[in-house]
Order: sequence, then C-alpha cells, then structure tokens
Amino acid sequence: MKMLIGIPAYNEEKLISQVIRSLPKKLKGVENIDVLVVDDGSTDKTAQKAKEEGTKVLRHILNRGLGGALKTIFAYAKSQDYDLLVTFDADGQHHPSDVVKMIKPLIKDKKDVVIGSRWKLSKNIPLSRLIVNKLANVITYLIFSVWSSDSQSGLRAFNKRAIKLIELQSDGMEVSSEFFRETYRNSLNFQEVPIVVKYTSYSQNKGQRLTNAPSVLFHLFMRLLR
Amino acid sequence: MPITLTQIFLATFLLFALSRVFLRLKSSELSLFGFIFWSGIFGLAMVVVLFPGLTSNIAKMLGIGRGADVIVYISVTLLFYLVFRLYIFIEDLRHDITEIVRKIALKNMNKKDDKKSS
Repeated sequence: MKMLIGIPAYNEEKLISQVIRSLPKKLKGVENIDVLVVDDGSTDKTAQKAKEEGTKVLRHILNRGLGGALKTIFAYAKSQDYDLLVTFDADGQHHPSDVVKMIKPLIKDKKDVVIGSRWKLSKNIPLSRLIVNKLANVITYLIFSVWSSDSQSGLRAFNKRAIKLIELQSDGMEVSSEFFRETYRNSLNFQEVPIVVKYTSYSQNKGQRLTNAPSVLFHLFMRLLR
Repeated sequence: MPITLTQIFLATFLLFALSRVFLRLKSSELSLFGFIFWSGIFGLAMVVVLFPGLTSNIAKMLGIGRGADVIVYISVTLLFYLVFRLYIFIEDLRHDITEIVRKIALKNMNKKDDKKSS
C-alpha cells in the first residue's frame, strides 16, 4: 500500500521544513510514504525549503487558493495511483502522530473519508476560530447535508475510492466544505477522528478567519445557484 | 384590459430569460435548486408584467403609497440576471486559469523526473 501526504503551502518558509521533518516515515500496513508539497505561487522560499527536505514539490506559477492547491494534490494522487491520501496543513497546527489515527479507519474499518476534528480534544481554542467553525459547520450542513463537528479541518484522509471519485470545484477556502458535498454525492463512508491542534499566533494568521467568512459564504451560495 | 407594447416587449424578454435558465439546466450548468430559484424570479416578473394591477394591491398591502414601480422592479431583476451571468463567466475563467496552472505544475515535475532518469 502506498500513501501520499499532501501539503498545500503558500508563503510557509518559516515552518515548512519543520513540518516535513516531523511527518511519519514509516507506518504499519503502509509500505511507501511520499510527501508532496504544492507550493501555491509563494513569493518566499517555500518551494526551495521543501525541496531541500527531499520531498516532491509541485509549484503553481500563480496563487490559486487552498482549493486550487488541493485539486493539484488530488490530481497527482490520482495520476500516481496512490492507495491513501492525507492532506496536512503547512502552518504547523497539526500533530504528526495524528496521521496514524487518520489512516486507521481507512485500513481497518474500510472508511472512504476521515476528517480530523480539532474540537473534541483541543483546549484554549480562540473564540474567533470557534465562531467561524461553528458557523461553517451549520452552513455546510444546510448546503451539503452532511454534519461535521469540524468542517474546516485541514487534516483529512482518503482511500483509493475517494481519491478517484472526489471532484473538487472551488479554488478558495470554501473547498473545505466542498469535501462534504463530494462525500454525500458519491455516497462515501465518512468518519471523524478527534485530533490535537496546536494554536500558535503564526497558525492563527493562516487559514479560516472571521474576515474570510462573508466571501466563503458568498461563494458557497453562488455555487448553489449555478 | 388590452396588452400594451411594453408588456409584450418585457414578456418576450422574460420568456427568453426563462428559456436560458431551462437550457442551462439541460446542459447541467445549473443545479435543480438554481433552476427553481431563477425560474421563480423570472416567472414572478412575468406575472407582474402581465398583471400590473397586482403590484398596486401588493403595494397597498405593504403600505407602499406609490403603487407599482414596475420598471424599477424589472430593471433590478434584469441587473440581477446580468450580474449572475457575469459571476458565472468570471468563475469559469478562474477555474480555467487554475486548470492551466495545475497542468503547468504537473508538466514541470514530469520534465524534471525525465531529466533525472536520463
């Protein structure tokens, strides 16, 4: 079984090396683990630093957003026929040991999609993050009919079936909710796994923010009307 | 009440808009929800155009003293439709750009792999 850990990265030169180094090199039941960094048009040395760590790097010549980077990760995983895919944030908020927890339900329980839920174990969550996430969960449920306790989580795992079937459309942050539409549309088995999140001032400046919410909401609504 | 030239013109346009909505549903560019939403908007505009007296009744019910400013309402609907078309056009362009960017990224990686193996 071969697995790909896909990291979408935009201007992450400060932490990308550390994040790559921390990832598991060997896992039970997985013969081969590859790491792919999709540098989404960074203006800093993200791609260079990732290459120095010996990972595969795909570089977007223009910044296309989180959705664009994740679509490239999926396209690469499909083309290289990976059995498992884990998406991992580049901002250092995820705990590398949680990767084991994420792939267990895929291998043992034959689940298709596993989402790491940050709220079940984590403490001291910033209030603005909590509000954005609760709101996003409700909107995701209303639009895509799947309830998740953490619809915006960046730590996700997919088996071969899910890698093949999932077709993402969004280029921006709204892609996180779109995974649930694809899960519902393709009748994929879905499970949540509690994960630990490390909130630092660095990671808080990245990802979903309260100020992003109107734009994400607008894009999700307009997608419905198409 | 005889139908005026303005009513014929507006009704023809709304029929055209409805036909576009239907064609977009047929070509799967519009979801069922989108089809219901836009058909509702244009269908309602059609009712208002053909029975302008209704707007006066609604205006009375809502307490709007000026009666039916049908032109304003229809103009807003028309603008809404044009903004929607523009939005779809821009979104399609953005997706095309992303697709090109992805293909270049994958192509560049394959080129490097070929160089390494040769």
